[in-house]
Amino acid sequence: MAVNSVRQDELQREVPKTETLRRLFGYMLAYKKELARTILMTLVTLAITLAAPLMIERAIDVYVANRDIEGLLRLSVFAVILFLIFWAGTRACMIWMADVTNRVLLTIRQELYTHIQSLSFHFFDSRPTGKILARIIGDVNSLKDVLSDSVTKLIPDMLTVIGVAVIMLVKNWKLALAALLMLPVLVLCMFLIQVKAHKLWQIHRKKNSNLNAYIHEDMSGIRIVQSFAAEPEAQADFAVFAKEHQTSFVDAVRVADLFSALVEITWGVGGFLLYFIGIRIVGADKIGIGTFLAFSTYIGMFWSPIRNLASFYNKIVTNISAAERIFDIMDTPAEITDRDGALELPTVRGSVTFEHVSFAYTDEPDKLVLKDVSFEIRPGETIALVGPTGAGKTTIVNLISRFYDVTSGQIRIDDYDTQSVALASLRRQMGVMTQDTFLFSGTIRENICYGRPDATEEEMIAAAKAVHAHGFIMELEQGYDTEISERGAKLSIGQRQLLAFARTMVSDPRILILDEATSSIDTHTEMMVQAGINALLKGRTSFVIAHRLSTIRGADRIFYVDENHIVESGSHEELMRKQGAYYKLYQSQF
Amino acid sequence: MKPLTHYMRRYWKLYLFGFVSMLISICLDMMSPQITKSIINDVIIGGQMGLLTKLLLGLIGIGVGRAVFQYAKEFTYDYIGVTIGRDMRVDLFRHVQSLSMDFFDRHNTGELLTRLKDDIDKVWVAVGFIGILAVEALIHTVMVLVCMVRLSPELTLVPLFLLPVIGVCAVRMENGLGSVYDEISDETAQLNMVAQENLAGVRTVKAFAREQYEIEKFSRHNRRFYDLNMKQARLVANHQPLISFIGKVLILAVIVVGGFLVIGGRLTLGELGAFSEYANNVIWPMEIVGWLSNDIASAVASWKKIRKVAEEQPTIASPEPEAKRMERMIPKEDDQQTGMQIHGALIFDHVSLERDGHQILRDINLTLPAGKTLGIMGMTGSGKTTMINLLQRFYDVSSGRILLDGADIRSIPLARLRGSVAVVSQDVFLFSDTVSQNVKTGQKAQMEDDTVGWAIERAGAHEFVSKLSQKYETIVGERGVGLSGGQKQRLSIARAIAKQTPILVLDDATSALDMETEKLLQKNLKEVGDMTKIIIGHRISSVCDADEIIVLDHSTIAERGTHEELMALKGRYYQTWCVQYGENMAVIDGQDSGNSPEADREIQHVFPSAYQETVKAPGKGQKKDQKKTQKEVSQNDPEGMGKECSGQDQNEKMEEKEGEEWQ
Repeated sequence: MAVNSVRQDELQREVPKTETLRRLFGYMLAYKKELARTILMTLVTLAITLAAPLMIERAIDVYVANRDIEGLLRLSVFAVILFLIFWAGTRACMIWMADVTNRVLLTIRQELYTHIQSLSFHFFDSRPTGKILARIIGDVNSLKDVLSDSVTKLIPDMLTVIGVAVIMLVKNWKLALAALLMLPVLVLCMFLIQVKAHKLWQIHRKKNSNLNAYIHEDMSGIRIVQSFAAEPEAQADFAVFAKEHQTSFVDAVRVADLFSALVEITWGVGGFLLYFIGIRIVGADKIGIGTFLAFSTYIGMFWSPIRNLASFYNKIVTNISAAERIFDIMDTPAEITDRDGALELPTVRGSVTFEHVSFAYTDEPDKLVLKDVSFEIRPGETIALVGPTGAGKTTIVNLISRFYDVTSGQIRIDDYDTQSVALASLRRQMGVMTQDTFLFSGTIRENICYGRPDATEEEMIAAAKAVHAHGFIMELEQGYDTEISERGAKLSIGQRQLLAFARTMVSDPRILILDEATSSIDTHTEMMVQAGINALLKGRTSFVIAHRLSTIRGADRIFYVDENHIVESGSHEELMRKQGAYYKLYQSQF
Repeated sequence: MKPLTHYMRRYWKLYLFGFVSMLISICLDMMSPQITKSIINDVIIGGQMGLLTKLLLGLIGIGVGRAVFQYAKEFTYDYIGVTIGRDMRVDLFRHVQSLSMDFFDRHNTGELLTRLKDDIDKVWVAVGFIGILAVEALIHTVMVLVCMVRLSPELTLVPLFLLPVIGVCAVRMENGLGSVYDEISDETAQLNMVAQENLAGVRTVKAFAREQYEIEKFSRHNRRFYDLNMKQARLVANHQPLISFIGKVLILAVIVVGGFLVIGGRLTLGELGAFSEYANNVIWPMEIVGWLSNDIASAVASWKKIRKVAEEQPTIASPEPEAKRMERMIPKEDDQQTGMQIHGALIFDHVSLERDGHQILRDINLTLPAGKTLGIMGMTGSGKTTMINLLQRFYDVSSGRILLDGADIRSIPLARLRGSVAVVSQDVFLFSDTVSQNVKTGQKAQMEDDTVGWAIERAGAHEFVSKLSQKYETIVGERGVGLSGGQKQRLSIARAIAKQTPILVLDDATSALDMETEKLLQKNLKEVGDMTKIIIGHRISSVCDADEIIVLDHSTIAERGTHEELMALKGRYYQTWCVQYGENMAVIDGQDSGNSPEADREIQHVFPSAYQETVKAPGKGQKKDQKKTQKEVSQNDPEGMGKECSGQDQNEKMEEKEGEEWQ
């Protein structure tokens, strides 16, 4: 399996930028009404902003010049009223726009998270958790400015630019063309910078993700780091990640900062062209001083929104790679999903049939992990899977819960093809205990009832007692309401395993799968736990993977798995008599 | 972590450079209207065509100059910001790594990730880009004010009166935002935690088909994140437009008051015109002041969070003089050499540990001479792993002491202590790195590739590693995904033995290995060298060869001795042996279920069939065969386990009988 490590940059599909932008702003279109009123209000406030200089001009030129105090006061009352409208309008705009933006972020994050939940193990196994986290949290957050500026800043700026350009063209088209001559050059240069900057920002995002992943991994594995006194080398590694993060940023801004420099230059050259063409080529006398004066003001009015637009464009270029990374995950297809018209699997009796099942991971199709495995298990049977590590025992049980899909062949539970039933209805009837015990932070109660939140107090306690977890739970300060933390030293690994056991018990599975579920529990406790389980799960099909022979012996049938298929099967007695692989294994215990 | 100014001071030259660039760029900015004015007044009106070229060149020159200095300024501050960010991050990381386990018990990964990532990001933006913008706005305002005073001191009173109002608004907003950002930062940590946990526990989520529940859980936090962000937006919306409003009123007030002055004859119309133009120039700093205080509030909130982590002190540290010595960067080889002198003789002298009022270990006494092996068995939660945690000083003893080669471990530098104990822990954690880098953990710089190969072979991992696509250079996924439990355990064993430390601890490290592999491994470990070994295990086969075996129960040593002695004792160890080697009836019959009679009754009530089944389940029908097998095995291996790890005479007699029957 190709695995992405903390160190390597992630691969990403190339998607046209317009496509990404279209998709991103597509989310905003869900709020047409809100956007419409924001735009409307923005126009009102823009009008007031533009009117303000006119009023000032009038106040000075007309009222002050004519010593008309009454008129001056009248005008200022009028202006104050307009400004109050401006105040209220801006406030409303900001809140509306923030609402739309944050809602879009909420939606994107939720969709992303929901989609991730549907992805198969392959997705999670092939990259560090920290990198997925970086996309859910950091990448989504970085879209905020792009989204909110798109309406509140982009629209007024565009309108100003267009408005000023039109006024200039109407007043004197020759002069206007001279002033605007640089615009295409600016656009072209911006495009060129953007192409380069975009690549650099992409790299920076990846480095950012690597850094995130490294911090995440180091913090999760801090015990190992400290235990091996590996802090100095972790710091050295970290320094490299931090440096890559920094240099990639510096590389990107080195190019991206050119945006504003470019605007300054075109502004300067634009001014030069205006006066040069106006005076030398057209002739100053043909144009008129008033027009020149007006144009020198317009040029200022024209370029400062252009500067804003450039910085908005820069922002888009900076953050589009974040959007790309988000959509990249959203476009990763969920490999294992409900088929169209998948049936709800009714409560099963628990027969399991493998029919010529072969399995290989999708990215290594030639390397068969299981080869033509067939067997039939009656309801209520207990099957033990033994064999060397890595032989495919875990794969067999993973296929039953449909964590992976078979490459060829079929798996049936009570004559239902596992691929034709609804996933949730299938998995809800399975009780899977994996090698790694995972508990969520929360109370012990929440953890035990994880698979069945509607379990009664009585059922929960009974399950805990059956797996002999009740005793130590009650010794804790808050009993079942004790909070479990990620690393809390309160519980030993064995105790965590017992809690996971209780969790599986409460979920009342029809088919139980114990994948080295008792490996961290001492034999004495295991005996008692097993007795409890046997009682609880009487008559239910179960699969047990274990290395302790005392755990295995009680099974109805034992499958010896090696070299990607089942080499031997039969009861303990039968296999011992056979003197084959199992016999040899049994022997080695002594 | 040092104070913020410490980091900023380091780059004072760059700050200065950026500052000067900014000043030049402001000056150029103010020159450009002069040139325009000159073109219109002198060239067009005055007809001095000769000036035009010069002026036009000046216009381009200003454009270019502004471009250059603007760029210099922006790039410098972006550079300073991100670089200070890096410095702080590296320091914070170093600090967090030095903290003790009790800190990590209290703080989950999601939270630490937020501090090291998002919070630092917010701070560096403030010390770079935002900071300079604030300075620029301030300078601009001051310059304009100076011009105003020169023009008309009376009229300047108007902005002087209104600017503080704006300042008050900005401060109030900053204060309000401070607490919101504090919450936002916490919620970011929560989001990180929920998502991180979900990703780490994805197998559990899927196994229980609880995706929907997880989505809802995340949704609650996501929703709260939205609410907080809206709270922030409202706060900004309540202040920022107000500030803009005051800015607009300011100009109006200047005109009205100025108008009165003009009408009163104390100011000329031209002066008023000029004054109003200056007033226009204070607008943009007013516009951004709200925006700036927003970002600064966010940075301050993050900085406080960072400080909190930075102020945490490691509760377990190297002894004082040693710590100082370490700080002076004593070269690695020196450490190595002193490390070599540790022989690995261990003494636990009346060791007890109490945490949160609970007795976790009580009066542990043991002596383990260098090169000997200690086996530890015991019930789940009886304190086995805690002993190792104490030995490595993840926690310190509450009373008593642990001696390594006669020295209290609290007097040994931490790095040296931990560097001489290699632990294979129960919870296998591999880094998402290559196999070889994982094995080298802790000695990445020094370790030879040969040693890696040697360790992998000893750990019985060579066979599967050589089947991996890139052998030793294959990347194993985070926590070793893609490998089976047994494979991960073997890599983690290789990681430990590669260090060739005087003390090796296997904490239930072979639980996922099959018997054959375990046997092989034990044989290999014997050959590895005369290191002191501590083996914690649940299988008799893991510990039976030890020089001393202790059985922990309820936080203290319940039984101790060699395999033979413990077998003769017929206690817990013997019972375990019976279960694992065939005599399981003895356990069930002789012992109660471990629950109180009351509890038993309760279970029977809820699950009526529970306890009858208990007694029957493991026994019937199997007992006979198991004994046969055991006999059979004893015959095949007369010198091995039959002698060392087998049980009572009585048993053997019985087995003999049944063995014959079978044959």
